Amino acid sequence: MTLVKDTPVLAPSERSSGPAAAKRRGRRESLAGYLFMSPWLAGFLLLTAGPMVASFYYAFTSYNLFTSPQWVGLDNFTAMFEDPRWRKSVEVTLKYVVIGTPLKLLLALGVALLLAQSRRGQGLYRAAFYMPSLIGASVSVGFVWRALFSDNAIVDSGLKAFGWNLGGWIGDPDLVLYSLVALTVWQFGAPMVIFLAGLKQVPRELYEAAEVDGAGPLRRFWSITLPMISPVLFFNVLLETIHSFQIFGSAYVVSDTSCGPADGTLVYTCYLYQKAFKETQMGFASAMAWMLLLAVALVTAVLFWSQKKWVHYEEGAK
Amino acid sequence: MSTANATVPTAGSRRRTGSVIWHVSAIAVLAVVLYPVLWVIGASFKPGEDIIGSLDLFPADPILSNFSGLADGMANIPTSTFFLNSLMYAGLAVAGVVVSSSLTAYAFAKIQFRGRNVLFSLMIGTLLLPYHVLLIPQYVMFQKLQLTDTYVPLLAGKFLATEAFFVFLMVQFMRGLPRELDEAARLDGCGHLRIYWSVVLPLTRPAIITTAIFTFINAWNDFMGPLIYLNNPDRATVSLALMMFRDQQGISDYGGMIAMAMAALVPVLAFFLAFQRYLIDGMATSGLKG
Repeated sequence: MTLVKDTPVLAPSERSSGPAAAKRRGRRESLAGYLFMSPWLAGFLLLTAGPMVASFYYAFTSYNLFTSPQWVGLDNFTAMFEDPRWRKSVEVTLKYVVIGTPLKLLLALGVALLLAQSRRGQGLYRAAFYMPSLIGASVSVGFVWRALFSDNAIVDSGLKAFGWNLGGWIGDPDLVLYSLVALTVWQFGAPMVIFLAGLKQVPRELYEAAEVDGAGPLRRFWSITLPMISPVLFFNVLLETIHSFQIFGSAYVVSDTSCGPADGTLVYTCYLYQKAFKETQMGFASAMAWMLLLAVALVTAVLFWSQKKWVHYEEGAK
Repeated sequence: MSTANATVPTAGSRRRTGSVIWHVSAIAVLAVVLYPVLWVIGASFKPGEDIIGSLDLFPADPILSNFSGLADGMANIPTSTFFLNSLMYAGLAVAGVVVSSSLTAYAFAKIQFRGRNVLFSLMIGTLLLPYHVLLIPQYVMFQKLQLTDTYVPLLAGKFLATEAFFVFLMVQFMRGLPRELDEAARLDGCGHLRIYWSVVLPLTRPAIITTAIFTFINAWNDFMGPLIYLNNPDRATVSLALMMFRDQQGISDYGGMIAMAMAALVPVLAFFLAFQRYLIDGMATSGLKG
């Protein structure tokens, strides 16, 4: 169990004699390598690296698509920090990430622990629980969510039965974000499948030995399961957090394109979309995109830095 | 797990209670997971005005008029147009991603060349790069090339292996293939193209199937791409059409919208039912190795 890692594969041993022949072969291999990866190379240069440079430049300009970009220095960034809607979008996104991601991962881990016990129907449950991850981002499910969380629909009526008269969440600027949280938690299946695969790799002997030593189930979870699956936990935390920062479609559809009401679902990318494609402030939007990149890079860096302290790699697997 | 209880005297009864608790919990989770899907199936057979208010999952008197309304299409465009657009987009996306990713993966996994490790790290780096940084300059570029309102901007990245996740999945898979196979082929005088086509590609089939299905589903569900690049209703995908026409005919056709939303889920659910093993195993290995 290792994370993103490049284990260099040795080339087939050079078979001809003489350094000149080897050199010629090496050059031919290089040519073949670059030819095979030319689609990716072209894509990387034209659709990733080039646009990144352009985006960085736009971030310091005022650009409306129709006239050429005007250099404005740091104006976009100062305007951004003073913009109450930008700050609102940061607040909404952070709330969504900080509440949604842990809930989703806790549920994923909990259900994975349940399904790790081999019982009848286990495979069927696993498949059914995974299904929302495939359709969760679709417009259709966005429509369903709008319906389920509106006034007097199932969620509202269910909560009323417990004496919580909250009304529909979709129309409530404070509650609507939690319908999006519910939507991401509903898609716990993808991280669950990864947890399950990790749980399967924990050697049985460890549990048996712990049992002989009199360790209870909680102790076994804490001292064996958790450290043993920490690499997959790390992977899930990293991917889910990064993805949550970039949520767009669900917020756009569930809020009926408004990212509201009252900016209640104004997630970061929703505001970026409005700035870029409704107000054609491409410079401002590019500056926003770079702030998002910075935030994601920061989270990634902190997670990678912290993994020394809590992620245990099997010896030899690292 | 049950082996652990075998030494305890009350093992039998404890195992039975454990089993009951297990099944009750699993069914409770199942109910929550399936509810929205069952709801939309039921709702598509309800009259539009009954959909939001009623709490019954399935209507007492199911109606089919939502679907017949759907067949009439929207704003004079037959509904089948949107489904065909989505199908074309998803089909071409699959072709593009499978070809470009497998070629790139072969280079990373099977050819030794200068700069390979640096490029591999760059490729992995793009996995974590938020797409939004590229969104605006890509839009500007495609607009200058007058390619907006076509599928080119949506498909260009698929044919140029920008979906690093799938390249990575295939690299991992190809590295796991026994090296003796391609070494033997090389001794027989095969070039890389031959080895790629006749040796590596057939053996990579499971990873290719996983990639193909995920790509199809992602393209089918894709909303942001069509939203930004496609304006002409004739060219809309199903997801975009759902949003474009959601309020045009007023609340009276809400039933039709829900029926279309339900129909849009059918291909994804069908793929899921047919290939769930490939999808779940593909996800699982990506987590373990990646």
